[in-house]
Amino acid sequence: MAADTNETLVVPSVHAHTGQGLGTGNPADAFVVEPPRARTKKTPRRTRTNFEMLAWLFMRLSGVLLVVLILGHLLIMLVLDGGVSKINFAFVAGRWASPFWQGWDLLMLWLAMLHGSNGMRTVINDYAEKDSTRLWLKTLMGAATVFTVLLGTLVIFTFDPNI
Amino acid sequence: MPAGTLYRGREGMWSWVAHRVTGVLIFFFLFAHVLDTALVRVSPESYDTVIATYKTPLVNLMEYGLTAAILFHALNGLRVIAVDFWSRGPRLQKQMLWTVVGVWVVLMAGAFYPILEHTLLSWFGK
Ligand code: HEM
Repeated sequence: MAADTNETLVVPSVHAHTGQGLGTGNPADAFVVEPPRARTKKTPRRTRTNFEMLAWLFMRLSGVLLVVLILGHLLIMLVLDGGVSKINFAFVAGRWASPFWQGWDLLMLWLAMLHGSNGMRTVINDYAEKDSTRLWLKTLMGAATVFTVLLGTLVIFTFDPNI
Repeated sequence: MPAGTLYRGREGMWSWVAHRVTGVLIFFFLFAHVLDTALVRVSPESYDTVIATYKTPLVNLMEYGLTAAILFHALNGLRVIAVDFWSRGPRLQKQMLWTVVGVWVVLMAGAFYPILEHTLLSWFGK
């Protein structure tokens, strides 16, 4: 009916999130929930990076490499040749005399820390509901990660068997 | 957390819970492990001292537990990757989970003596 349409508040669709309607003239529009992807004033201009997709991909690529690196590490350190009983400074010195094992451990350190910290980011995002709590937990976790990766890298590169 | 929304799912959900718990556990261990290994840069004595704790029965047992966590996370991680990238993955996810569990049990049984040998010998002798 034409008379009814005249009384309906008609707003442009960009104002859909104001709850005043979608602009189609249908009164039910007033109750339409804002579509999840609608841009609002708070939306940063540049939202179209692929960060989350790349993080998702990284979890899978690093996972495949870590299977070899970590299971190999456990096999050598805990299972073969007397298990943990053989490990001491001399054993480490013997291994790190070889660039191959230095490279193995360096790659394992970086991939495991980045994979683990990105996984922790997901977990924190899931459970910490307050913005400030989330930010603090992620900052703390990120700082601890940077520190640990740098320390481990330094130790591998500056190792001195004759210390 | 929202109350009253506990979803008690099936295999897919519980494997996700286990994957998450083991991932967090491994991450925290990794911090400690990089720190203790960093002692090789301090002195052979300090490194050997901290490694001696790794050889005590309690920590030796925890190494077996950590191996269990890593092995599950690794095998189930490969399952997640197969679900995501393999066209038949989603349909076979349940079978793949039981395969993961089966392989995990076999490898853990095989690793029992080698990993705990140090403790078993110290307790029961040669
Ligand atoms: C051994 C080889 C590994 C494989 C194959 C693997 C595989 C994966 C995969 C595919 C995911 C993504 C799961 C998803 O998006 O739903 C993931 C998540 C995760 N991984 Fe690993 N991972 C491995 C090692 C590690 C290590 C060494 C750590 C710790 C330093 C770790 C910590 C985590 C964490 C915290 C998550 C997030 C869990 C979640 O969001 O529920 N992973 N892993």
